[in-house]
Amino acid sequence: MAKGVWIVAEQRYGAYRKISFELASTARKLANQLGEEVCAILLGSGIEGIAGELGKYGVDKVYVADQPVLEPYTTDAHAAAVAKVVKENDPSILLLGASTQGKDLSARLVGKLATGMATDCVDLQIVDGKLSARRPMYAGKCYGEIMVSSFPQMASLRPNVFPAAENSKAAEVIKFDPGVDAGQLKTKVLEIQKDTSGKLDLTEANIIISGGRGMKGPENYVLLEELADMLGATVGASRAAVDAGWRPQKDQVGQTGKVVSPNLYIACGISGAIQHLAGMGSSKYIVAINKDPDAPIFARADYGIVDDLFKIVPELTKEVKKLLA
Amino acid sequence: MNVVACVKQVPDTETLIKVKPDGSGIDETGIKWVMNPYDEFGVEEALRLKEKLGGDVTIVSLGPARALETIRTALAMGADKGIHINDPALEGTDAFTVATALAAAIKNIPYDIIFCGQRAIDDDSGQVGAVLAELLGIPQVTVVTKVEVDGKTTKVIRPIEGAQLLIESSLPCVVTAQKGLNEPRYASLPGIMKAKKKPVDVKDAAGLGVTIDVKAKVVKTLPPPARPPGKIICGEEPAEKAKELARLLREEAKVI
Ligand SMILES: Cc1cc2nc3c(=O)[nH]c(=O)nc-3n(C[C@H](O)[C@H](O)[C@H](O)COP(=O)(O)OP(=O)(O)OC[C@H]3O[C@@H](n4cnc5c(N)ncnc54)[C@H](O)[C@@H]3O)c2cc1C
Ligand SMILES: Nc1ncnc2c1ncn2[C@@H]1O[C@H](COP(=O)(O)O)[C@@H](O)[C@H]1O
Repeated sequence: MAKGVWIVAEQRYGAYRKISFELASTARKLANQLGEEVCAILLGSGIEGIAGELGKYGVDKVYVADQPVLEPYTTDAHAAAVAKVVKENDPSILLLGASTQGKDLSARLVGKLATGMATDCVDLQIVDGKLSARRPMYAGKCYGEIMVSSFPQMASLRPNVFPAAENSKAAEVIKFDPGVDAGQLKTKVLEIQKDTSGKLDLTEANIIISGGRGMKGPENYVLLEELADMLGATVGASRAAVDAGWRPQKDQVGQTGKVVSPNLYIACGISGAIQHLAGMGSSKYIVAINKDPDAPIFARADYGIVDDLFKIVPELTKEVKKLLA
Repeated sequence: MNVVACVKQVPDTETLIKVKPDGSGIDETGIKWVMNPYDEFGVEEALRLKEKLGGDVTIVSLGPARALETIRTALAMGADKGIHINDPALEGTDAFTVATALAAAIKNIPYDIIFCGQRAIDDDSGQVGAVLAELLGIPQVTVVTKVEVDGKTTKVIRPIEGAQLLIESSLPCVVTAQKGLNEPRYASLPGIMKAKKKPVDVKDAAGLGVTIDVKAKVVKTLPPPARPPGKIICGEEPAEKAKELARLLREEAKVI
């Protein structure tokens, strides 16, 4: 019988991504309810040394495959390796992050393992011994409760939503052979162009400051950058700003951009169109700065200021500077 | 170059979604149905490849009778033919089942590259492209903003958190389209006229040899959680308002 709550941990350049700890902590909670073990799969090259760290977040066993063929990530290599160890161990639940890599890998695994998955979940529970997953659908305009009837029951977790709680265990590290032959891979990463801004990606940021058409032009985003630097925040944009060429595509928040869930989202000069709300509606706190009191963004905001952003933002930067001094 | 583009018909992004009182799904009355926006990028890229390299573009869609309009839209943009998988038993199933049906329809036609959207904006599940690739035994490159095909391979750009990857894949493969890939064209009037005469094959599960075995189910649909009403910060001067906002973020919300 399928048993055990498994996660696929995610590392890049030999360091864990935060989602790995969110996965481990969530798996621990579910496994405690089921009275089962938490196992993690860690893939990469030169990463065996970090395997044990997952114990801190409640993992009992870490299955590690440490080989050059697993670095950098390719779907073929990682999906083959995960499918192999999963088939050998028959877990009841398999969790991945809904990060770009996790989404790519988890969907392939749905095919390889012939199972079902709830994508981008915001809540997981055990109901009658089975996984019950809650997730936004229609871009957050409604929510669905998903049950998976095949094994492993798969779910991907929206980053930044599940708490990473420490729960120390002495994790046992088990090496396994992923059985991946480099000659058979059909895809290859030719080049990695790293973003050198030093800023977190929008999907990982705790604080986002977004500017829309109300910013009037690309040159004015420096106002948002200044505030962002102070707060360790990342700057985002509405589609209007991206389509005008003021900001790169990767900065777009919304239904055809990124779905984000930071602790704090500050919308400056953004009207709050339904497609924009779709991308940031699940943020913990939303602030709107807009000179139009009837802008729909105010209906979704926790705090609103009806005023000219060009007057408010510089003052806010000053105030934050004082507070953080 | 034979290209397949998978398109799903979804509610227009402006649609306000109403959940049925018994939680059994959404109320579909009054919904305006359109092509999934990410699939438009896929269709556009398919047409560009055809224009450059020759060959045929086939549109595949699984959906009820109304999905035919979306297939016709793609044909009016310039695609050559359509396959419409119309079977109530396949509706509202899961990614595995939908991909199984799409794979069964596609495996009998020649293809060098298959486009899907990176996700459908109704279920937001982002699974079908990858499952389809697995079932056809071909590689996938997902969430792609640039595609170049040369001979037997394709080179694509895939943005990830904090980086951009240049990935090479052998052909055939599945590419899932992300915004930024291209600007989809509109159907021209002559295009719309021509589309009416283009062939659309209609299939059901039995005709495709697909047995349905649903693995994931939406057991309940709920409205989004209510948010507490917000506060409008009043004050005479911008400085005063900004100060109060900073204080609330620090002391009440505790987020800075
Ligand atoms: C298929 C589809 C997909 C879409 N996907 C997305 C998406 O992913 N993301 C997205 O954002 N949009 C998306 N949109 C577009 C969306 O409908 C809106 O057009 C867009 O969000 C508007 O951007 P905006 O709020 O910046 O601009 P506007 O709606 O023009 O709003 C600008 C706001 O700035 C305010 N303002 C102006 N000057 C000032 C000032 N000095 N101080 C303070 N406030 C000021 C104005 O009062 C106004 O409210 C999509 C649309 C479609 C059809
Ligand atoms: N019913 C369908 N008919 C045709 N293509 C589909 C269907 N469902 C999903 N797809 C394709 O798979 C992509 C991802 O869908 P999803 O996994 O549902 O988010 C879509 O953008 C389409 O290209």
